[in-house]
Order: sequence, then C-alpha cells, then structure tokens
Amino acid sequence: MSILDAAKGAAQATIQAAMGKLVPLAPDSWIPGGIPDPLIRRQHGVIGAALSRLDGPLKVQGAARFAAEFPLDDMVYAALAYATIPRGRIAGLDVAAAEAAPGVVLVMTHHNAPRMNQPAVFGSSPEAAGPADLPIMQDDRIHWNGQPIAVVLAETQEQADHAVSLIGATYAPEPATTSLAAAKAAGPQPGLFMGQPLRNEIGDAEAMLAAAPHRVDQLYRTPRHNHNAIELHGATIAWIDGGLVVHDASQLVSAEAATLAGVFDLDVAQVRVTSPYVGGGFGGKCLWDHQILGAAAARLAARPVRIVLSREGVYRGVGGRTLTEQRVAIGAEADGRFRALIHSGIAAMSPHNNMPEPFILGTRSGYAADSFSLSVETVTMNMLANTFMRAPGESVGTFALESAIDEMAVELGIDPIALRIRNEPDKDPTSGLPFSSRDIVEAWRAGADRFGWAQRSATPGTRREGEWLIGMGCATATYPYYRMPGAAARITLGRDGKAVVEVAAHEMGMGTATTTTMVAAERLGLPIDAVEVRYGDSIIPGAILAGGSQQTAAIGAAVIAAHRALVADLLKLAGNDSPLAGLSADEVGCEDGGLVKLDEPTRRESYASILDRAQRETVVAAEEASPPLELMHWSMHSHGAMFCEVRVNTVTGETRVSRFLGSFDCGRILNAKTARSQFRGGIIMGLGMALMEETQFDERNGRIMNPSLSEYHIPVHRDVPEIDVIWTDIADPHTPMGAHGIGEIGITGVAAAVANAVYNATGKRIRDLPITLDKLL
Amino acid sequence: MSISINGALAELPQDPRVSLLDFLREDLHLAGTKKGCNQGACGACTVLVDGERILSCLALAVQYDGRAVTTIEGLAEGGVLHPLQQAFIEHDGFQCGYCTPGQICSAIGMATEARRGAASHVTADLTAAVTLSREELQERMSGNLCRCGAHNGIIDAIGEMVAAELAA
Amino acid sequence: MTPFTYARAADPDDALRLAARDGTAYLGGGTNLVDLMRETIAQPARLVDVSGLPGAIEETDEGGLLIGAAVRNSALAEHRLVRTRYPVLGRALLAGASAQIRNMATVGGNLLQRTRCAYFYDSDGSRCNKRAPGSGCDAVAGFNRNHAILGASPACVATHPSDMCVALAALDATVQLQSAQGARTLPFAELHRLPGEHPERDTMLAPGELITAIALPPLPAAARSTYRKVRDRASYAFALVSVAAVIELDGDRIADVRIAFGGVAHKPWRAARAEALLRGGPATPAAIRAAAAAEFADAAPLRDNGFKVELATRTLVATLGDLVGATA
Ligand SMILES: Cc1cc2nc3c(=O)[nH]c(=O)nc-3n(C[C@H](O)[C@H](O)[C@H](O)COP(=O)(O)OP(=O)(O)OC[C@H]3O[C@@H](n4cnc5c(N)ncnc54)[C@H](O)[C@@H]3O)c2cc1C
Ligand code: FES
Ligand code: FES
Repeated sequence: MSILDAAKGAAQATIQAAMGKLVPLAPDSWIPGGIPDPLIRRQHGVIGAALSRLDGPLKVQGAARFAAEFPLDDMVYAALAYATIPRGRIAGLDVAAAEAAPGVVLVMTHHNAPRMNQPAVFGSSPEAAGPADLPIMQDDRIHWNGQPIAVVLAETQEQADHAVSLIGATYAPEPATTSLAAAKAAGPQPGLFMGQPLRNEIGDAEAMLAAAPHRVDQLYRTPRHNHNAIELHGATIAWIDGGLVVHDASQLVSAEAATLAGVFDLDVAQVRVTSPYVGGGFGGKCLWDHQILGAAAARLAARPVRIVLSREGVYRGVGGRTLTEQRVAIGAEADGRFRALIHSGIAAMSPHNNMPEPFILGTRSGYAADSFSLSVETVTMNMLANTFMRAPGESVGTFALESAIDEMAVELGIDPIALRIRNEPDKDPTSGLPFSSRDIVEAWRAGADRFGWAQRSATPGTRREGEWLIGMGCATATYPYYRMPGAAARITLGRDGKAVVEVAAHEMGMGTATTTTMVAAERLGLPIDAVEVRYGDSIIPGAILAGGSQQTAAIGAAVIAAHRALVADLLKLAGNDSPLAGLSADEVGCEDGGLVKLDEPTRRESYASILDRAQRETVVAAEEASPPLELMHWSMHSHGAMFCEVRVNTVTGETRVSRFLGSFDCGRILNAKTARSQFRGGIIMGLGMALMEETQFDERNGRIMNPSLSEYHIPVHRDVPEIDVIWTDIADPHTPMGAHGIGEIGITGVAAAVANAVYNATGKRIRDLPITLDKLL
Repeated sequence: MSISINGALAELPQDPRVSLLDFLREDLHLAGTKKGCNQGACGACTVLVDGERILSCLALAVQYDGRAVTTIEGLAEGGVLHPLQQAFIEHDGFQCGYCTPGQICSAIGMATEARRGAASHVTADLTAAVTLSREELQERMSGNLCRCGAHNGIIDAIGEMVAAELAA
Repeated sequence: MTPFTYARAADPDDALRLAARDGTAYLGGGTNLVDLMRETIAQPARLVDVSGLPGAIEETDEGGLLIGAAVRNSALAEHRLVRTRYPVLGRALLAGASAQIRNMATVGGNLLQRTRCAYFYDSDGSRCNKRAPGSGCDAVAGFNRNHAILGASPACVATHPSDMCVALAALDATVQLQSAQGARTLPFAELHRLPGEHPERDTMLAPGELITAIALPPLPAAARSTYRKVRDRASYAFALVSVAAVIELDGDRIADVRIAFGGVAHKPWRAARAEALLRGGPATPAAIRAAAAAEFADAAPLRDNGFKVELATRTLVATLGDLVGATA
C-alpha cells in the first residue's frame, strides 16, 4: 500500500468512526430499514414461492452464452506463460521460436507490452477492483511463482498453446519468503479489514481465562483453498472505436470497468464490461491479470482476443483463500457461562494485497462472554495475492470457534446445543448494538427436532455398524448482513403494462435474475412475465458487487429507491383527473398493474390508463439506494444451526457424511427453490473444506503443486448426501423485503459440524483441515 | 473425413490437435458443451458418441471420423425439452448452469449403460440385475463435478427420469 | 501441443508399419496421452491410432480370457466372464476414473498410463527425472502423499496409478506384444519396471512395440477374488492404496493366495513375501497382519506417505477377511 492509500484509508476510518458514534444513537426512522419495507407484510404474493429459475430453459439447453463463447470476427486466441520462481527478475526471455511458430500474431512480454497504469487495488476505493498493488507486465520483476510473463496471440488456440510452450525464460532469483515458519519469524502485523483493525479487547480475557474453572485452549489450522468454479476464467475482448469491450465472467462489472478505464487511461464511459452468465464465482471471478493482459494484447495486435485460462492457469493467476492458524481459548463456569473468549491468530498474505482472512468476524457477535480478546494478524509470504472466497473469515473462523465450543461442551459435560444457547447474547457482545433480528434459538430447536439430535450419545465411539463408526456433531453458522453503497436501479414502465428493471448485478447461479424478477413484480404489482430484469452490464448505472452476500439487499434497496421515484413520477403524470389526485408516494401502493391508495383501495388507476392520459409510452425512474447506515445502527447477521452425521471407517479412516441438516435464520426467504440450492451449495463446499480441500503450496519455492481438478479434490456426487434445509422465515424488519443474503452462510459452521461429528464417532479431535483419512488411522 | 453432429454432417478439422470439444465450441459454435478443465477431470465436456458418454476434451476430433455425436444442443426435439432437461429445471439441478450440459449428457449415457446391465463400483453383486438406487446414481454420476453444489437436485432429476423409464 | 500427424491403423501390421519411425506413439483412447501432449510432456511427431484395431474378449480353450488391447475399460468390466470369474478385475476397472473415461480408455492404454506425480506433471516449474532424465526429483522432499513406499530409488518415488493393472498383477496375466522382430509374451509382473537409475522408462517394452492383447489364465473354481481401493474422496480419485486379492481356501487353511498392492510403488506391487507366509496357514487377522509386516519390512516412507504402511496393512486384513468370510 502506498502512503497515499494509507492516508485515504485513515481518513475514511476517521469518518467512519464519527459516523459510528452518531448513527447508533439516531432514531430508527432516520435509518434505512427503520420503517419496514411494505413488502414484508405481503404474505400471499409470489415472494417465498418455489419458483423455477427463469433462465433454466436456456441453461439446460446449453444456450446461455458465457464469456468465452461470444463469437467475434477476426478474433485471435491467447495463451499465457508463467514464471517459475517466487521472486526476482526475468534475466532473459527467448521468444524467437514462439514468434516464428505457425499462426502466431503476437508475443507480448514486458518488453513490448503497452504502457499501462497500475490497476487500483481492491479496497483502495469503491470502484477499485485490481488484484494487487502491482503493475502488470510493465517490468522484469517477478512477485510470485506463477506470475504471467508472456502472452501469445495466434489464429487458433492450438497454435497459441504450442507457441507459448516454445518460450524460454531465465531468471535472476532473489530471496523469497515461501514458508510459513520464515514468514512468522519475520514478525506478524496487525490485520486491517476494510480500513478497520481486526482486534477487539474487552476486559482482561487472558486473566479471566486463567481464573476460569474450565478452560479449552487449542490451535486450529486451515489450509489454502481455491474457488474452482467449473467455468474457467475467460474473456472475449475487443477494442471498438477506441473503447474497450470485455465480455467477462465477472462478479463486479462496474468496478471492473472503472478499474480498466484507469489502467488504459480511458473514460469510464469508454469501457463496457458484460457478464451475462457466470459459471460459478464464489469470490474468484473478479479482476485478475488475464483480463488486463488480454485487453493490452488486443490493443497491440488490433484484433479481438479470446483469453481462457487453462485450469493450471487459474491456479497460477487467480488467488484463493489463504491459510490460517487460529488459537481459540474459552474460559467457562461449571454452568457453561463464558467468562473469557479468545480468538486470535495469523493469516498469510502477499506483500501486495490487503486481505487478512478475517476469521474473527463471526466471533464478534456469536456469544456472550465477560471478556473478549479477538485479533487477526498477518504474516507476509511471496505468493499470489490471496482473496475472498465464500464467507471469507467466517468459513474458517467458525471451524476454530465452533470446534472449541464442542471441546468445551465435552469438558463441561453439557450438551453442545445447550451450551450455545446458554451463551446467547441479548445484544451484540462486542459492538453493543441491538440485533436487527436474531432467532437462532428457534433455528436450533427446530433443527434438533428434525435431525433427531436427542438420539445422539455424548460418549464417543458408541455407535457402530460393521466397519463404520457413526457420530453426530453440530455447529453454529453465521454470516453478516451486508449492503454496500453505490447500488442503483432503473425501472422502465411501459404503456403495455410491462416493466424493465436494470441493475448492474450478476447471476452466478444464486438465482438473482429470478428473485429480482419476483421481487420487482411484487413491488410493481405486475405478473412475473410482465417484468424483465437486465443485469450483468457495466453500462447499467450503479455498482452492485456480487460478494459479501449483499446483492439481494443492494438490489432490493436500489429497487425500493427507484420504485419510489417511479411512483412519484406516475402520480405527477396522473394529475388532477385521476382518482389518485393529490396523493403522495407514501400513501399509495402498487397492485394489479396500477397504483392504489393504501387505506382506500377503491381509489386506484392502472399504469396503462395513467400513461395513456399522459400520452407517454414509458416512464423511467433511476435512483441510487440509500446509504447503508442500518449497518451502523443495528448488529445485522444471519444464523444457522448445522447438524451432521458422519461415518468413519475403522479400517481405512475414510469419513463419509451420511446426513446433514442446515436450519437457518436468515430473514424472509424470497424463493424457496433457489434458496434451498444456495444453502445446499454452501454446505457442500463446506463438506469439501472439511474433508478434502487443500491447495498444496510448495514451501520450497512457493509453487502450487496441485493445480488441477484431479489433484485438488472437490466433492463428487458420491460424497454428497441428501442435504436437508429448513428455515425460520422470520423477516428482519429492517432489511428490504425482510430478507438477508444467503450465498455464504451455508459454508460456515460446516467444517466444525463435521469435525465435531468425527469426534463423536471416534473420540479423535482433528484440529487441522482437511480431515483426511491418515489423520484418523 | 466427416462427423455427424446432432444429425448434421460436418467436416473434420485439418489440424489433428483440435479436440472434439474445441471443434464443437470454436469451429461449429456449439458452445453448449463446456470446458472446465481440458484434462478429463470435471466432466463438463461430456457428449454422447454413438450413444456412449465420453469426454470431448480428451478426444481428438479426427479420431471420431465417421461417428455420430450428440451434444446438449441436440436433445430437445422441435423446441420441446428432453424430459431430463425439464426435470433439471423442476428439481433445480443447477445453479450457474455451467456443469449442466455435461451432467445431462452424462445422465443419458448412464441410463443406457444401466439398461444394458452395466454394474458400478458400488454394485454389491456384479452378476445381479442393476437397480439404480440413489447411491448407484451418485457413483455413476461422480465423473461430473459441480462446484455450485447442485448435487441433490441433479440426482433427484435423474432419479425422476429413471423412475419414469422403469414405469414405462 | 506440438504439431503431429495422425494415422489410423487398420490392423496390427499396419500399426507396426506406420510406427516404424522414431517419434511415433500409439494412440488408444487418448485419455492419458492427449493430456500429456497438451502438457508437452509427450511430444510425438506421429500418432498411430490403434483404438480401432480388432478388440475382442474371447474365452480361451483352457478357460481363461484373451482380451484385445483395444477393448474399452467399460466393455471389459461389463463382460459376463469378467463379472462372474474375475470379480477382482471387474471391480478394479469400475474403481478407476469415471464412466466417461472408462468408455474411452483402452486396455493397452491403461497398462501404459503414466504416473500422476505432481512434479512429473509440472513440466515448466519442477524437476523430474522421469520427464527430464538427470534433472533431479522434486518429489523426494516435496509433496509425496501419493508416492511410493516400496521399491523407489533416489531418482524417483512415483507410483503407477492404474487400478486395472493391480488386478492383472494378482491374476498372473500375460501381455502379448508385437514388433517388427515378431511377437512375444511377457508375464505381467515383468511389464512394469522399478525406477532405479532410469525412471524415464516405465516398462520393458521396446520402442515401437505394440500391445496386442492380455491373456488371463483360468482361475480355479474355488478361488474368490476382489479389489478394494482407498482414496481421498468417494469416487473419481486415484488410489492412495489398493489391494487386489485372490484366495483359495482348503478348510480353514489358505491353499493359495495372490496379493497385489496399488499406490505403493512404481509398479503394481505383487506381494510375494506376504503370499509365501500366508500359503498353507490360517486366514486369521493376526496371520495376515504378520504377512503384511513382512511385505512392508523394507518400506521407506517419505515425508507425507508413512500412513500407507498401516493403511495397506489394514486394507489387506479387511479384504482377505471379507473374502474368507464370503466363503464361510
Ligand atoms: C481425471 C482422470 C482420472 C483417472 N482416474 C483413474 C483411476 O482412478 N484409476 C485408473 O486406473 N486410471 C485412472 N485414470 C487413467 C485412465 O485409466 C487412463 O488414462 C487410461 O486407462 C488410458 O487408456 P487410453 O486408451 O486412453 O490410453 P492412451 O492415453 O491412448 O495411451 C496411454 C499410453 O499407452 C500407449 N498405448 C496405447 N495403446 C497401446 C498399445 N496397444 N500398444 C502400445 N502402447 C499403447 C500410448 O502410446 C500412451 O503412451 C484417470 C484418468 C483421468 C484423466
Ligand atoms: S473439460 Fe473435459 S473433463 Fe473437464
Ligand atoms: S451448476 Fe454451477 S457447477 Fe454445477
């Protein structure tokens, strides 16, 4: 980070601190969500229905067009060469054979790459999406093992791939830190997440721990992970009339367009990033070097470019989740009340990014305790920038915390669910804010009933069938409710009674396109087939990141704002001859294709009639969402109770998950069908994390050694049991639609539930992931 | 040298390096067949050759001279979805939809194998008739990865197809 | 991929003729070779497609099986005689890869598939004596969870990844070969090599030699056989350890037993020592454990793979125990 960025960060932090003091004290009604969204009260509409995906027919026919599938005339194909040392300089690059190879159009290296500005690194400003604080192919410096060092363009992919294999590189290596031990020896630094320190100290936790009658104090380890979306990262890129068009697989079209504009000295309006379908994202489909290199090469060659990373290329060039080492220590009374809760440790980071895997976030609001000491520190390794991956922080943080709580339950001889409920806080234990909604106890109760928790024996190793030991475990799932600033929506309502809603959001499989249509239809009082949602295009105003499970809320708030403006416009157009004459936007609602006075339903007029009279084909309203002050006014979180049954083979140590239940408290569910899939998807990724996933980073040279889907194991069909999902469906009164985002909570708590079940089955406590069979032999 | 793709004849590529997958996607613009690894490790590129499921990423197109390939684009007939495609929608057997064409083609090939009486790794008695339990379906579909975690919906959808076949 | 020419062989002689020049490779289903060519680990100038050679499965006069090299893995697993007489082979085939790959993979190609060692695969960034003779071995002190505990050398600690081959090793199969010099037959145990000083050579095949068939001798009617594979996920993963076992009982004594381990060595590991100890003795867990201990007495575990000794031992005890139990 530069000094300037640090200063900006500090300024931002000061403003935030001031706001942080004032906003909590403001009356609810001043805060977004202070007056509940009227849609929360609508119980009989389409919201909550189990609707099949609207893009389903396209997807099952292979007709949905992904980024690497846009045909462009005169297009060339790209291939990349990657560095093989972790740090140093390129001493020599021999590209003659590649240049002479058949079909080659361009070999681009730092010698001939166009001059480009360094992309603004993610987090340095709201529009910044750069992967790291590094120039891209502008000099001979190597910063990680796997950094792209050359781009070949050729007429066919086969020619490009062949030519790139002919490039010879020599290096002048420099000392690199590629082992965790060396990184630790160099000293940890305090972690800063979104400008805020990752540290909470309340009371003297160490002293209270020491004085507590019961103690658990353990170290937990989680390895690196990769997102491994099945769609390879790819983009189809063209320069058209001096402007840049990138058909990408992106979770942040607007920020990507802004960042690319900065890199190439363009006006934001000259850059268009589309992302109509994303073949899985999970935090990995953001801006990395390949889009910038593809655009640079396309400019140099004056030809459109298709760049698709190989699977290995994804591992070399797209960061994943970093490793963590976490200490969790709990001091408790004999009745289970927590006196001290300590959760601290380290996460590895590269020198050029700022993503300290914030594993304490869930702990901040999880349990009541008399004292807290929470912190994340970072150690620096020469490696590819690590990044967000599904539930950054909570996914690995809950493994440590929820394992430790299970250990405490064993220590105390208290049922682990009872222990959790005993420490249920009545307000946020570290911020002191009231919860906007929190019905986790209800989730535990319903889940325990349904799962048959009462059948579990607390004594490990007591259930056996043939070679298999059977055990049950549970854990709390948690993820914050986020809503980021900058979202906007544009609604175009036509005389034909049809509406187009545009949001710069993304469909990566979460069901966003479908739920947004449902919610907009409900809000506009239109049938679903009268509403078309457009998304995934940076020319749409506003910026909505598909991350932090915030898309649903961000879209919701933006559509609320645009809808309000639309209603006001319609009332204006309706004029004095309308039954609605004289009413304000707050007095009317939308129903049956028109406006209606809320407390006097006979006063109504259809959109068609209003527009007819006004002689207008359409009315358009575009508005930005309110700033997300609610996040400073309430403590806002989703919760879940996770239940797992495992079978552990006494011969081989193999673990199979035989049953899983997620019981969620995530506000109101918008679409039962796609929501169930989201929860399950998170849980399944959690099963992978628990049992098999690990990016193998060779500590001798910082090289990832399992860069393929056959060596990096993700769950296959046979690893996945039928996963049961239930939810409280209790609306959060302070969020749009009463809903919470649900994309990430599913993965949280899972690894701990599995580990706790393995303990219950075998009596073995595994504290480092993944739980592979050798650890259970 | 020619190959039949969804019933239409196509000229094979000149360059023998071109995989059946890239031939479909880049030359014929049939991008419904997906590339997830290009290494045989994900199943996204599954197509049917003379009714058998194979991985088109590990297949050199020239090697399939004279064969009949069916891709995801060839399943719906006259605008009517194949029953399995419909079942995938009903059971939400996908999220991002990227692994989906491979899952569907694979399941159709799987059903053919089972009809023939082929056993699987989890079949207890290799000589007995096949019954497609959930575990059997899971094992037989394990060559198709899904990172979104649509596994339950996928198996439900396939189970519906298999059940319908048995009933018929 | 480096450019190459492609030709389809009509019959074995045609194949040998087409493959006469250096730099030619036979192409089976392509599931391993195409991948290795894409990684530029294999760079043949010519491919001779032998996947269309006559591939039949025939019962021999003695009651064994003759399996054409072009037979697909799935077809072999489905064959009635494999299911009824050679369950160890059927199960090994079904434990391998995925259904799609088994539909493509040929028997000949399966025999000659190369190791999955990550350093072998990392053609740009790692040293590997198998890929680049004399360059060194980065696996010895690197990630070697999947690597050999038996028969390795300082030059190479890779394992042979095939499941089918482990069963063939236990079945005393023979491999039928053809070359310009004529036809010959090789006992299966002599097909694959230990790495020694020359890990670049996986097998005893001469350059250009063509595998035409595998012959399985008949199994005694009383023999029971099975295959058990242990891996890091439930399916679609290579073996950490696997056991192929054939056993014949005489009352409660072991009349004959044949054992091969997968995942432990540079070749399917026929456990001759263990077999000798078990023959004529009781099939008790203690006896089997003792036999395994003798077999693994020389095991030389690396950083990450020490667990394989215990895992293989336990898997053997359970597998033989199941077979014995099945006869009772
Ligand atoms: C993702 C993945 C997972 C896998 N998992 C497993 C697993 O779990 N267990 C397992 O056992 N295998 C596994 N495999 C490997 C698979 O079994 C092999 O790739 C396959 O058996 C090779 O057969 P093929 O016909 O495709 O060979 P090819 O790739 O065509 O050829 C392989 C080699 O054999 C040579 N060859 C082929 N035929 C002949 C012949 N007749 N005479 C002489 N030489 C010949 C070729 O020149 C080449 O060197 C996996 C593969 C992949 C891609
Ligand atoms: S693309 Fe063919 S198996 Fe992954
Ligand atoms: S639906 Fe996204 S990978 Fe399967």
